[in-house]
Amino acid sequence: MPHHLAWAIFLLPLGSFVIISFIIRPFFTRWPQWAGYTTIASIGIGLIFSVWTLIDVFNNGPLYVPPVDWVVIEGAVTIHLGLLVDQLTAVMLVVVTLVSLMVQVYSQGYMHGDGGYCRYFAFMSLFTASMLGLVLADNLLFLYVFWEGVGLCSYLLIGFWFHKPEAAQAAKKAFIVTRLGDFGFLAAILLIFFQTRNLTGAGTFDILFLHEHATELAKIGFLGASVATWAALGVFSGAVGKSAQFPLHTWLPDAMEGPTPVSALIHAATMVAAGVFLVARLFPLFEASEQAMLAVATIGAFTAIFAASMGLVMNDIKRVLAYSTISQLGYMMLGLGVFGYAAAMFHLFNHAFFKALLFLGAGSANHATGTFDMRQMGGLRKAMPWTFATYLIASISIAGIWPFAGFWSKDEILAHALEHQPALFVLALITVFMTAFYMFRTVFMTFGGEYRGGAGGEHSKPHLHESPAVMVVPMVVLAVLSVGSGWFNFVEGGFPHFLEGAHGEPASFFFTVLAHPWPWVSLLMGIAGILLAYAMYSAKWVTPERMGQLFAPFYKLFSRKYWFDELYEQVFVVRFLVNGLFWINQLFDTYIVDGLVNGVAEGTLVAGRGLRRLQTGQLQLYGFAIAVGVLFIAGAFYLFA
Amino acid sequence: MNFDLLTPELGLCGTALLVILADLVVERKTVLAGLSVVGLLVAIGLTLWLWGQGPATAFGGMLVMDQFALFFKLILCGAAILVILSSVDYVSKFPRFQGEYYGLILFSAVGMMLMAATRELVSIYISLELASISLYILAGFLKDHRSSEAGLKYLLLGAVASAVLLYGMALVFGFSGTTHLDKIAGMVGSLEGLGANPGLLLGIVLMVAGFGFKIASVPFQMWVPDVYEGAPTPITAYLSVASKAAGFAVILRVFITAFGEPAWLSQNWGMLFAILSALSMTVGNVVALAQGNIKRMLGYSSIAQAGYLMVGLAAVGRGPGDFIGQSSILFFLASYALTNLGAFIAVIAISNKVDSDLIDDYSGMARRAPLLALALAFCLISLTGIPPTAGFVAKIYIFYAGIKQDLLWLVITGVINSVISAYYYLRVVRVMYLGAPAAEEGVPSSGALRTALGLCSLGVLVLGIVPGVLIGVAEAVKFLMP
Repeated sequence: MPHHLAWAIFLLPLGSFVIISFIIRPFFTRWPQWAGYTTIASIGIGLIFSVWTLIDVFNNGPLYVPPVDWVVIEGAVTIHLGLLVDQLTAVMLVVVTLVSLMVQVYSQGYMHGDGGYCRYFAFMSLFTASMLGLVLADNLLFLYVFWEGVGLCSYLLIGFWFHKPEAAQAAKKAFIVTRLGDFGFLAAILLIFFQTRNLTGAGTFDILFLHEHATELAKIGFLGASVATWAALGVFSGAVGKSAQFPLHTWLPDAMEGPTPVSALIHAATMVAAGVFLVARLFPLFEASEQAMLAVATIGAFTAIFAASMGLVMNDIKRVLAYSTISQLGYMMLGLGVFGYAAAMFHLFNHAFFKALLFLGAGSANHATGTFDMRQMGGLRKAMPWTFATYLIASISIAGIWPFAGFWSKDEILAHALEHQPALFVLALITVFMTAFYMFRTVFMTFGGEYRGGAGGEHSKPHLHESPAVMVVPMVVLAVLSVGSGWFNFVEGGFPHFLEGAHGEPASFFFTVLAHPWPWVSLLMGIAGILLAYAMYSAKWVTPERMGQLFAPFYKLFSRKYWFDELYEQVFVVRFLVNGLFWINQLFDTYIVDGLVNGVAEGTLVAGRGLRRLQTGQLQLYGFAIAVGVLFIAGAFYLFA
Repeated sequence: MNFDLLTPELGLCGTALLVILADLVVERKTVLAGLSVVGLLVAIGLTLWLWGQGPATAFGGMLVMDQFALFFKLILCGAAILVILSSVDYVSKFPRFQGEYYGLILFSAVGMMLMAATRELVSIYISLELASISLYILAGFLKDHRSSEAGLKYLLLGAVASAVLLYGMALVFGFSGTTHLDKIAGMVGSLEGLGANPGLLLGIVLMVAGFGFKIASVPFQMWVPDVYEGAPTPITAYLSVASKAAGFAVILRVFITAFGEPAWLSQNWGMLFAILSALSMTVGNVVALAQGNIKRMLGYSSIAQAGYLMVGLAAVGRGPGDFIGQSSILFFLASYALTNLGAFIAVIAISNKVDSDLIDDYSGMARRAPLLALALAFCLISLTGIPPTAGFVAKIYIFYAGIKQDLLWLVITGVINSVISAYYYLRVVRVMYLGAPAAEEGVPSSGALRTALGLCSLGVLVLGIVPGVLIGVAEAVKFLMP
């Protein structure tokens, strides 16, 4: 495959962004639909190239695109612009372009008639380009640029309806909270740069170099641990922010203020998975440090169950899905932390499809009812059969029921956890139960029973209708993938085999997996969750109110989200920052910094005006200045030389 | 005798004469500009051809055509092309002497090109005078009150500076008995200190003063604002870029070839340039703050830029074996040439229409002439040193050269000065973008001017994003050591 195609995958959506922003939006305001077509065309072509790349990498191994020198200062800094297309990247390329394409097609229906139609597609193109750049970059510096790029696009798209105060708030929150993690990531990049300089004489950002020299970095001590540990923890803190892991998870539920297709693409399938991708990308660095691996596994497993518990009680369908995303990302982190590199990436792959589909389904329901509150929905099964069917498929898949996609990857993560961290395995197993429960709670509340009136409440019952084909078709495509993407495990030795080169063991086969006992256990957990949801929300054997009373303390804990927002808001922001740090800073700022700055600025201006007076325009003075200068220099030279 | 080596200069002299003669018969005066540009393009072609030939010397070693000289010739010819393109509108208002205008630009270009290519004191002086005398005339070309004043001041102070330089050269000759730089190096190389040779010391200092006048270094910068303000704007642009570049070429060659050894001597002049650098940056930037006339402001800015460039000279002096100081100056000069010419070309376009150089009259320019304002803003951002522009890379590179030679204090001075400079550069941007337009009509400009401005802006952007190629060239450029 020619190298240029790999570049084209990244440059096409970037070109789409430029065309929409600078040509369509200013000059063709009357044909906004062209913004959508441009985006879809660029990403569609990108998808074809991505699939081609995947097949090529599958057959011929990694593709190294020769780097272009960007900045070369001899003996100091060398920065290359290069692409690294290994198995991991090839898989990510297909995930990103495929999900993005589906979401863009769907968006044409969802965003129809919105005033910011062009702006929406421009941002979506820019996001896709940044995300592709992130997975393609062959060095940390470029990866970081695109890492911030997707963060920026996330900010712009969460706050897409910026006239809504909640949306603007949520956008700010997302940006600032992820920034906390990025700080660690940046520190890790700098640490790696300076430590590799000690190692080889010239600092490097090169990812492949890190792969090869991770063990050497593990041998250098630094601040009581090894360089590899600190670097890995720094990178992980960036991943924690981006992937909304505990304790930086609070931004993702609020990010649901953005348009739903945005949530599907950015906050379910791709950007939030970038944290997982980053850990996978630098996996040799993590493998070289036991502490880092333990941190990844622990945070992952804890986040999985912690987020799932909050998902149990939310009434807003998108919020349930948001907590579910956090929980599933925790699963992936757990998978990485217990050395299940391929399993985690496999889960990322599957999750991208079914979670994007769930969001698109929620968006479709919202399109009909005008609300995201499940208490006002219900009964959509009859009016929206396609939405119901696809949503159900995705729910079964995420609940981990054989032989749907979610089962295969979730089970592999559990197997790795059992092998390396049995305690975390138990947490993960409980999470399986909770996942199945809250997902089917949304299914029964949204699609089951009778319609409860939508946004207007009981009294207004508008005519319910299925969404247009442009929205339904992408959902059907994703539904097919939600069933079948797990079966990629059986192609040519399976996903692990592909991702890890020749090292992976062939996966258990389609039916043989059921010969082991543990899959049955997790399967039973999932089915139990579904049954409980059925009992409470469909058959009403036990009412949710009764359950709420029975487990009142838990209910309160979960529904108030463990008071984390309050903790951050009241204790950290108000008490600590506003009343403490900021107050001191403000004093410092007003009296010392401002005083200094204003003083210096005033002084400089006064000096400028004063010196200006010397410029009298008189030639004699100018000549005199030359003479004085010569004498002064000669005198100084004579004295000191 | 190898006349091939002089073909670019000879070609330009021929072109200049042809342009002056053609002025007598041609009715459409734009033809003259076209002719000059063609001559310069041919000179560039010949220079590139010579680049391929490898280094060679002529006239008993007085002239040398090495990559260093050729690099400067490319910058100088490029600058001359851009200046001529941007002059077309401006010159069309002259009632007479349009041919002479272009001819003099070409003659002074020849002088500057020779400045970069000589390594013998008398030839240096002659080339410098060839360049300067043409510029004196050009500065007073408008014959109005301001322009005449500028021309006269430039002439008188230039004469003083020439005398100072010549006196310095004479003292050096008196010490060494030769005017060839390599032979001077042979005499200087065995010295233990300058205390016993005050004549040589004074000679060196006077040469610094003479060259310092050309590059507009403090304290030899007093002529700059008055001349910049009064001279025709394209000539101001030419002065600020080409004249300065040629000055740096001479300084690099003289000080590295003749005074590069022994180490204590180069340490000393390195420190001298470091101090002049700090002074130039500070005085240039601080006084620029108080300017209301954009040409004067850019004049002070060019003093400050000379200060940044001298960080490179200081680095060269402190580590003569390390080429990063030299290559950083070359890169800085190339990027500064594009940036400053771009800024001046935009100023020319605006003053053609508005007939004012006051910054306040730029109010709302972004609405009257969006592309022009964008280009000017972009060039000013580059002068400030903000990415993604050439100015950013150039500054980083030259400051890095300083840090590498332990000149941290100087680099800190430079960085603080960059912050100060942001105030007056960005003030113009603010006025253009946030001010209310004084009039509604746009600012028309000729195709030639727009081409020149487009080339500059594009160059600034390209060098800002992919500096690697030019940095590679600048690092490879060495001059022929005897």
